[in-house]
Amino acid sequence: MIKVQSEDFNQQVEYDRLRKDPSVGAVVTFSGLVRDINQGEQVSSLTLEHYPGMTESSLAEIVKQAESRWNIIDCTVIHRIGELQLLDQIVFVGIASLHRQDAFAACEFIMDYLKTQAPFWKKETNAQQESYWVDARESDQEALNKWTGK
Amino acid sequence: MIKVLFFAQIRDQLATSELQMPSDENSNVQMLLTNLKTRDEKWNKVLSNARLMVAVNQTICNDNIDLSSGDEVAFFPPVTGG
Repeated sequence: MIKVQSEDFNQQVEYDRLRKDPSVGAVVTFSGLVRDINQGEQVSSLTLEHYPGMTESSLAEIVKQAESRWNIIDCTVIHRIGELQLLDQIVFVGIASLHRQDAFAACEFIMDYLKTQAPFWKKETNAQQESYWVDARESDQEALNKWTGK
Repeated sequence: MIKVLFFAQIRDQLATSELQMPSDENSNVQMLLTNLKTRDEKWNKVLSNARLMVAVNQTICNDNIDLSSGDEVAFFPPVTGG
């Protein structure tokens, strides 16, 4: 299941949704939050912009690639858009699998791809109420390279 | 016509989110970029950014892909979601 939404999500509801099939032996979940300090700036809030249509299709493509590499029984990706405050949840990835190895790997793979391929952009507002676009990090590209063999 | 979209910093810097370009003069992404850059110095500078990303019909691609009428081309900076 892939969802792009402005509303918050509930970890417990999403986790329970992933453990309905009795063949599931492992569920790995990741969630990303709005952090107070980013790239040296004190953050007070952020706004997430996206490319409607492409966002959903690129997430579906990322999940499809993960499913071709690992044994995944069920998968949930939720990404929020719009204005978010400190401590708010931004993204959720949950993987249900037979065993933990596939679930851990697929979860990390999906996040690494999402960070560099899915069309979302963060605009932060700092403590002085100045807004600026967040720069992409080299380390995110390097994280992707471990899956592509570059 | 080709639908051209701009996102995030690129949209802000160009003060444009969407425009239409004639398909007969823009038969691939490289030609489209060249034509957009000739609009003025600001467009030239913004679209010359080495990290500019391109998507054609909502799939990330490089700039030698061919275009035809009805295609949707988007230009945007490196993504920062997650």
